[in-house]
Amino acid sequence: MADEKASKQTPRVLAIASGGGHWVQLLRLRPAFEGARVTYVSVRPAYASDVPGERFIAINDATRWDKVGLLKMALRLVFIMLRVRPNVVISTGAAPGYFAIRLGKLLGARTIWLDSIANVEEMSMTGMLVKDKASLWLTQWPHLAEDDGPTCHGSVL
Amino acid sequence: MIFVTVGAQMAFDRLVRAVDQWAKDAGRSDVFAQIGPAEYTPEHIEHVGFLEPPEFTERARAASVIVAHAGMGSIITALTMGKPILVMPRRGDLRETRNDHQIATAQRLSELGKVAVAMDETELVERLGRLDDLASTGTIGPYAQDSLIAAVRGVVFPSQDR
Repeated sequence: MADEKASKQTPRVLAIASGGGHWVQLLRLRPAFEGARVTYVSVRPAYASDVPGERFIAINDATRWDKVGLLKMALRLVFIMLRVRPNVVISTGAAPGYFAIRLGKLLGARTIWLDSIANVEEMSMTGMLVKDKASLWLTQWPHLAEDDGPTCHGSVL
Repeated sequence: MIFVTVGAQMAFDRLVRAVDQWAKDAGRSDVFAQIGPAEYTPEHIEHVGFLEPPEFTERARAASVIVAHAGMGSIITALTMGKPILVMPRRGDLRETRNDHQIATAQRLSELGKVAVAMDETELVERLGRLDDLASTGTIGPYAQDSLIAAVRGVVFPSQDR
């Protein structure tokens, strides 16, 4: 009974990023999910080897210039979100994270956006677009933190 | 071995060409490059278009120095392995990436002492000429700063004390 209750309280986390640096930065947050049921989503099937023993789903990659690719990605994410029913959605960017944060918010999940450390001069475009959808809206650079803007609690380095 | 990587998404022929020429002039036969979807085919260095993550890790581990674009995947890989890394940022005006964010990233991380930076091909070749000066800045741990982990954890487990 206690176990059942505990498992009901175990948060379901959807951790999502596109490839390369975005994915590498997401992996560096893993201790924050310890004790949660995590589903990782990214754009290369081979990334499954980075999260052995954990649930991993690959989706197509697309940028803002590829409208068909973006639509396909968004639809795929709708299905993933309905299946996973995450309590928390976290992303380090870019396009996949943008859709996931929006969908997560729509489904009542708590949402976390961590803008890439590569965005040194300003928040990314995707980061700006999720401003009002993220429960926690983070930059990794203290000089970009603002009272009514992103907060900074340190970096992935 | 010198491991060159430009990430998987876009070519970075300017960097690859410069390293290729340098390898020829300096008589280096121990350079391996992951060149992405490139138009320029190197003639003097071993190269491949794309490496799957396990092979990538293996190549990086075997390297004494990593030469890369200023992408965070390459940089974080080098730092976690404690490898010295020399980066040349992609430029937006040459359509090597969507904007000049790599220039700003490289400058900031250079100021923090995390990476060595060459702003263009001339500087890159000059820096490659004294590779022994490149020192590792030490190995960083596998995870983000504790304060960042705690902030994220506070949202994942809102009812728990941090």
